[in-house]
Amino acid sequence: MEKDGEPSTIDPQLSTIWAALAQVPDPEIPVVSIVDMGMVREVEVDGGRVSVTFTPTFSGCPALHVIRQSIEDAVRALGVLDVEVRSTLTPPWTTDWINADARERLRQYGIAPPAPAGEGLITLEAEPTRCPRCGSLNVNLTASFGSTLCKRLYVCGSCREPFEGFKSV
Amino acid sequence: MTLTDIQKQALIRKLTALADDEIILAHRGGEWTGHAPILEEDIALANIAQDELGHAMLYLGLRRDLDGSDPDRLAMFRKAAEYTNTRLVELPRGDWATTMVRQFLYDAYEALWLEAAARSTYTPLAEVAQKALREEKFHLQHTALWVERLALGTTESTTRTQKALEELWPYTAQLFQTVEGEAELVEAGILPDIAAVRGRWGALMVRHLQDKCALRMSREAFPGPSRENHTEHLAPLLATMQKVAREVPNAEVW
Repeated sequence: MEKDGEPSTIDPQLSTIWAALAQVPDPEIPVVSIVDMGMVREVEVDGGRVSVTFTPTFSGCPALHVIRQSIEDAVRALGVLDVEVRSTLTPPWTTDWINADARERLRQYGIAPPAPAGEGLITLEAEPTRCPRCGSLNVNLTASFGSTLCKRLYVCGSCREPFEGFKSV
Repeated sequence: MTLTDIQKQALIRKLTALADDEIILAHRGGEWTGHAPILEEDIALANIAQDELGHAMLYLGLRRDLDGSDPDRLAMFRKAAEYTNTRLVELPRGDWATTMVRQFLYDAYEALWLEAAARSTYTPLAEVAQKALREEKFHLQHTALWVERLALGTTESTTRTQKALEELWPYTAQLFQTVEGEAELVEAGILPDIAAVRGRWGALMVRHLQDKCALRMSREAFPGPSRENHTEHLAPLLATMQKVAREVPNAEVW
């Protein structure tokens, strides 16, 4: 995924780096990459030096150091010696950055993709979620938290299948 | 923006107080790991605790940028008298109702504080608040639902929830105490006005606890002593939490 506003004439080296990063799996959801997830925010090439800026999904995510190392390894594997991996909080990561293709792969993997997050208001209720198996909206949230910080647990009232759904952040 | 030295010292105090509340509450939440009434809740509380620790890391990261302090050192090597968390978060975890009511009271305060802090004129704090707020809303949804479920559940659960609220409510005022120099930071737009946050929090509490959950809100909340004064419960908590770090202070990976 190239970010909005990416120049159309891309330095080939830059596109090679983006392509390499697109192969780095999310350590907790390996069917999608860190680029699919919108975690890689910026790649800069300055002579022989490459800087990659990424943003954490959740601040307490235990996979952060794994992701940082994987980014560094992926760029080094291209023969780049001088790699800098930076993290940023701004703008804060949102599930709205997960690309359409990755959403479909999440669904096939059995994880309900996130609903649009929207902005702002603190609400006491959750956004609607569809069963990834049968598409029904007749689902019950069985636990607001799941096996990782980014997911919650549901049971489908139509096909009876339990499943995990992405939180909309 | 450039902070004056006085502003910087006050901001360090505030960031530390915010982080300390998160660390101690996260530890209390973590105590349920392996002991929660059902597996899903075991997982949920561990998730919430992990998020709160993430927030503590963010706050202490901001502090590190101001004074070069090491977040791990601050968390693992300060004594009870040096911690500046509120008494509310250090009280023993109690029963499930106590745990959920406390977490709800705190999550609502935190979410509303973060919502206001997201507009801070001190950009690093605004960024942290915008990040943490996105996580905090899930805690609040979760604990709001649990308080409702317990309050409107069986006679037993209603009784316990009412009792928990009566015991915990007086401690909530301390959340809204200011640190030394906070007023000046509020004036500069660096910190939100805590009195305004308290107003919104109070209204939300009445709406949920009284109107929706039919709980009685009869107790007064008293500010109590300053944040350096703790109950007898904090020192044993720290002894457990800091045990490994203190035994192997030069460890690079735990």
